[in-house]
Amino acid sequence: MRNILAIAGKELRAYFHSPIAYLVMAVYSVLCGFFFYSFTATYVVQSLRMQAMGGMGAPPMTLNDYVIRPLFEGVLSVVLLLLIPLITMRLYAEEKRSGTIELLLTSPLTDLEIILGKFLGALLLYAAMVVITFGYVSTLFIYGNPDAKPLLAQALGLFLFGSALLALGMWISTFTKNQIIAAVVSFAVFLLFYVFDWVTAYSSGTLGKVFSYLAFTTHFDTFAKGVIDLRDLVYYLSVIVLGIFLTARSVEALKGRV
Amino acid sequence: MIEVENLTKRYGPTLAVSNISFNVQEGEILGFLGPNGAGKTTTMRIITGFLSASSGRVRVSGFDVAEQPLEVKKRIGYLPENPPVYPDMTVNEYLAFVGRIKGVPRSDLKKRIGEVSEKCAVANVANRQIGKLSKGYRQRVGLAQALMVNPDVLILDEPTAGLDPKQIIETRELIKGLAGHHTVILSTHILPEVSRTCQRVVVINQGKVVAVGAPDELTARLQGYGTVLVSAEGPAPEIIGKLQSVPGVNLVEPREAAESRVTLEVHVEKERDVRAELARAVVESGWKLFELKTSGMSLEDIFLKLTTHDLSEGKPAPENPPVQQDAAPAEN
Repeated sequence: MRNILAIAGKELRAYFHSPIAYLVMAVYSVLCGFFFYSFTATYVVQSLRMQAMGGMGAPPMTLNDYVIRPLFEGVLSVVLLLLIPLITMRLYAEEKRSGTIELLLTSPLTDLEIILGKFLGALLLYAAMVVITFGYVSTLFIYGNPDAKPLLAQALGLFLFGSALLALGMWISTFTKNQIIAAVVSFAVFLLFYVFDWVTAYSSGTLGKVFSYLAFTTHFDTFAKGVIDLRDLVYYLSVIVLGIFLTARSVEALKGRV
Repeated sequence: MIEVENLTKRYGPTLAVSNISFNVQEGEILGFLGPNGAGKTTTMRIITGFLSASSGRVRVSGFDVAEQPLEVKKRIGYLPENPPVYPDMTVNEYLAFVGRIKGVPRSDLKKRIGEVSEKCAVANVANRQIGKLSKGYRQRVGLAQALMVNPDVLILDEPTAGLDPKQIIETRELIKGLAGHHTVILSTHILPEVSRTCQRVVVINQGKVVAVGAPDELTARLQGYGTVLVSAEGPAPEIIGKLQSVPGVNLVEPREAAESRVTLEVHVEKERDVRAELARAVVESGWKLFELKTSGMSLEDIFLKLTTHDLSEGKPAPENPPVQQDAAPAEN
């Protein structure tokens, strides 16, 4: 555990000693802030219009459905497509380029300790981004009274979702010395998994079901609704474990053991 | 201390290291000599556990690298060819990180950083970012890193590459000072380095060990005779005749002649010092003696001899490298 923390600490320091952490968090704050502002403004305008029309038996518009949920779904795409690759691209690529991978792999650490340490370091940076999201959401509690319970599921969903991508991004980063390549490939893979459920639109058979199951987004829906479904939990945890396992295989291959 | 047995490493169809065996005794400095691409780095990386061998085995302090890598890694300090430093860390931060991942107890960390910084002369840049240091400093930070755990075994891949002459001398002195406390393997393609720092040399070429021995031993063994250079003023044929008659001299060859002065190459029997007799022979005959010196075959010559020919000309690959003498007698 001490070893894992030493590596995690080193990764975290590297993020904050370079512009990456600040850039990622700044971009995230701006995009997330814009989403939040837009959804809130739309909500305000529409709910005023509803009020003006007298309601007429329609179900009341809630902050949860009209602001928080779209925010989480919107944030997802931003995180997914852009920022996670920026976080994971350096994890192994940079060590390979600078030769420090030789230091890590010749130190008395197991490969798994190194991998988990790196994953944990990236995860902590990502956790800061989840906290930013809640910074925006918490302002709703000052001016309105949204339902707090679904937030727990939404937070967990966002966290697991990002963790799964971090694990896969880390794996992709083991293949190259070039961080740009790692980022671009991760971006492409994530995008593909993001749009996999489009397949259901034209293929309703087994294939459609399989692709829909594989898609990252399918499993986020229930979390976004504020529900924790064991199946989705299992899905994300499986992807995380798979990413870590593949990283371990790939590091093993670096040593010429395959 | 280090036993390498029949080590082979393939990268796909390429054979990087082929059936290498050698041992390193405790406290010894072993030079690993060979042209670029000979397989030095690959062999060192296998010893450190960074790469795995295709076949063969490596034991460090009795632990097999493939079976108990962590035990081996605890005992090895390794400086790769490019010092594995993080440019955005300060020297102190870096050494602290290395100490933590190498298992230096927290309470000793500060003391240990102070010791290695002192030893490697990086204490004065302790709080500077490594990325802003010169190549020489970075190399020494790399060396400090390798020493952090006070390892039994030090593996240094071209430790003086890229340094200026003054730094090279300092680094050599530093490495020499490590002998006894640590077992050291250092690789290089720079020959004087070997003769100045190492007690024993393994010469490697195209993935094979071509010679093993102490630097002087190699010289003597490969040469078969000693050479003395004599520079004198007088009639060349007579001088040659006179020197031929000195007991212990096998052959006298003129090397250069300028006006009345000649320089002669006197081949003498191995392990026999006839310099005094040669001097007397010249002076007693009334000629002027200008210079007289032994000229050993330089390590450069040996190296070239070992690595440029013979191997390809039908000579069988050495089966048992540490005792074989795989070189043609010197031709002259």
